[in-house]
Amino acid sequence: MSVLVNSTINGDQYEFVCEPDETLLDALRDRVGMTGVKEGCGTGDCGACSITLDGALVCSCLVLGAEAEGRKIETVEGMSDGDKLHPLQTKFLEHAALQCGVCTPGFLIAAKALLEKNPDPSEEQVRYALAGNLCRCTGYDKIVRAVLAAAKQMRKA
Amino acid sequence: MGIDTPMKDRVFKSVGTRPTRPDGIDKVTGRARYGADFNMPGQLHGSILRSPHAHASIKSIDTTKAEKLKGVKAVVTSKDFKTKGITDPDLLDIIDNCMASKTAYYDGHAVAAVAAVDAKTARAALKLIKVVYKKLKHVTDVDEAMSPGAPLINKKCFTQGVEPAPTKASNIAVRSEFGHGNVSEGFQQADIVIKRTYKTGQSHQGYIEPHACVASISPDGSGEMWVCTQGHFVFRQQCAEILGLDAAKLRVTSSEIGGGFGGKTHLWLEPVALLLSRKANRPVKLVMSREDVFRASGPTSTTSIDVKMGVTKDGVITAAEAELRYASGPYAGAWASYGAMTSFACYDLKNVKTVGLDILVNRPKTTAYRAPSAPMAAFAVESMIDELADRIDMDAIDLRIKNAAKEGTRSSYGPVYGPIGIGATLDAAKKHPHMKAPLGPNQGRGMACGFWFNFGGQSCTDLNISPDGTATLTFGTIDVGGARASMSLVVAEELGIPYDKVKAVIADTGSLGHNEMTDGSRGTFASSMSAIRSCRLAIDDMRQRAATMWDIDLDDVTWENGHAHAGGSSGSNHAPLSIADIAARAHKTGGPIAGHAQIVADGAGVSFATHICDIEVDPDTGQTRVVRYTVIQDAGKAVHPTYVEGQFQGGAAQGIGWALNEEYIYGKDGRLENPGFLDYRIPVCSDLPMIDTQILEIPNPNHPYGIRGVGETSIVPPLAAIGNAVSNATHVRMTQVPMSAPRILSAIHANKDSD
Repeated sequence: MSVLVNSTINGDQYEFVCEPDETLLDALRDRVGMTGVKEGCGTGDCGACSITLDGALVCSCLVLGAEAEGRKIETVEGMSDGDKLHPLQTKFLEHAALQCGVCTPGFLIAAKALLEKNPDPSEEQVRYALAGNLCRCTGYDKIVRAVLAAAKQMRKA
Repeated sequence: MGIDTPMKDRVFKSVGTRPTRPDGIDKVTGRARYGADFNMPGQLHGSILRSPHAHASIKSIDTTKAEKLKGVKAVVTSKDFKTKGITDPDLLDIIDNCMASKTAYYDGHAVAAVAAVDAKTARAALKLIKVVYKKLKHVTDVDEAMSPGAPLINKKCFTQGVEPAPTKASNIAVRSEFGHGNVSEGFQQADIVIKRTYKTGQSHQGYIEPHACVASISPDGSGEMWVCTQGHFVFRQQCAEILGLDAAKLRVTSSEIGGGFGGKTHLWLEPVALLLSRKANRPVKLVMSREDVFRASGPTSTTSIDVKMGVTKDGVITAAEAELRYASGPYAGAWASYGAMTSFACYDLKNVKTVGLDILVNRPKTTAYRAPSAPMAAFAVESMIDELADRIDMDAIDLRIKNAAKEGTRSSYGPVYGPIGIGATLDAAKKHPHMKAPLGPNQGRGMACGFWFNFGGQSCTDLNISPDGTATLTFGTIDVGGARASMSLVVAEELGIPYDKVKAVIADTGSLGHNEMTDGSRGTFASSMSAIRSCRLAIDDMRQRAATMWDIDLDDVTWENGHAHAGGSSGSNHAPLSIADIAARAHKTGGPIAGHAQIVADGAGVSFATHICDIEVDPDTGQTRVVRYTVIQDAGKAVHPTYVEGQFQGGAAQGIGWALNEEYIYGKDGRLENPGFLDYRIPVCSDLPMIDTQILEIPNPNHPYGIRGVGETSIVPPLAAIGNAVSNATHVRMTQVPMSAPRILSAIHANKDSD
């Protein structure tokens, strides 16, 4: 028996149907069409499917679609303000913090969650905050620099 | 200027700058479409049943119940693959690996597949397939597989490369040998000779995006496929051969690729998706789970390597010898030969001999992983170089500098080197502030060198000038991390127009001639060579158009800074024409302006790197921390230096993971015990420091801009650099990768016990 779910996704109201055992990751990708949310492992180890659920950073592969009823979801698709990119998006581009880019949506969401809690993180704090997101291309160097640069810019704003 | 004229002392305007990549915004907004992000109308979902056994003969497969399940549209087994007429042994191995025929050779080997209306139904159908196996004895260790009495994996495996051909089957699939001089005489000249055995675990490329494709074949034999791959033209060719299709009728479109590092150069599920689609007459989507990726795609070889080297007291390496045993999975490979060729390639040796042995084991089919086979060989050789230096009381970097290969050196694998960068990377390392920085307690510093051949091969490009004077480059090598940016820079450079007036597009297989894969560090090297040729053909065309517009001789038209200039007595009064000026009149001067090039890119310049690292080892737990890491590598010419740095850093990070932690762990039952990122732990952000880079530019004389491939060499030195650092920190020689905490701790304890 399918479940009808109402959620606020990136500020908009969505209604979708999913199976009771369907993950929020699958529901977002297959039912809502938010394919910016990526599956790298399906077991909560890689962070490519990172979203925020009522402001909390979660792996959407470890949440059921049905659990999203009445809750607020933010994905990479909602990060920019119209045609104005979020400073994290801009800094990721400027610093070449992505190579293949498949982990990028998860990193952006995790970094945004960090900077909302801690606008002035140290390098070490960035590294530990992003330790749940795997990147195999960059060695993380340029990602950490991009997050620190975005934090600096956001503090000035 | 000739069409392929190398440019000496050229001052670049676009190449060497660091603009934002053109595909970037799509990737930071979630718009970019990767393998699993694509769907076709009426699409079915596929799922694959895999062997739970390490080695088993397949007695029977009963798919009747699965076929009857409501919603199931097709079931395939190996019987559906028609191999009659296929003679290429490599292709037959690919087919057998995609779907086991008589024998399941490893835990995870595919045995059947289903396509159904949704993924849930497909999974339910798999449970209804009854496979009767007869378990066979298995072997997963490379040395055990060579020992007498080891279970024979393939009864028809007679070692290739041995004269006369053996009459008895064995697990040694291929023997290769390289070298020159006389090693016995060389060892006699040495004051110190060391012999050791080194071992490396099996690592996986660990790309974050699992394999995925959507395939569609119509009953008329035409089809299309969307797939994450490092080489869609090669995939098309191989899939067409496997399915008996005309290659031209199979249109393959490459998705954005979420990492490959060699692992997406090989077919795993694509022929299965095509076959399911043909049987169901519907598009079929197949996506691997992470567990499937670990169990059933292609990791690198686990190895066991004997090295013997001799050195004089004053630091001349007189002889070097190695036997390199590489596991290739259950099918023959050439992996050990790459190890044998690369092992001593950094050095100028009078006497050298290497033997590579590819060994069959009950593990997944080995596939390329970034500079395939070179890191393990470098671990063995570069570890021993440090030990030799220690024995003759010479600085390890000085011993390397003294014996480094140079222009004119006959390499250990045959060819004579042209201008190369090993000496320059060593000199830069010696001068680097990292070398002199103080070390803390329990810290050790290590260094190592690495080599990779780099490849060239077939590339094909179209350069089209739009009516507004902007340019589109269509090319056929996959963009794994900045290729569209670097191709745009090259076109901007050559045409003399701004970077943002160029659009680089990766063609589907219906839009361009055959291109080889993005592998062998060939993408930028080969495709830029073709792109430059395309541009120069278009420039020749535009000079002709300008001559027509001015009504002067072609010989009086020169090209400079993106403009046609009228020269000679006839044209001195004409103002220069921009590309936009010429393009605007194209309809009057001969139609669209374009340059099409197809090349075999010869002369990929070999690549060298030197890495330095500091490691801290907790003496009580064996836990390691990477304190500092520096990569120095020759890029020939860095087209987009930021992405070159990215290649250096990414390769180093992968090497660090391999050196310290990553390893396939098999149980006694031959089943993989860690097929997930929790237990196969790749480096995370908090494991690593910043990775410093230094780009050297020793131009490749065979490329018009001096470009060398940069993608792979950076993974070659880390295993040894870290091994040397850990050995220096603990005063115990490490000979096995990964140097996990328990392994380091037991080495420290064993050393204490022997004291």
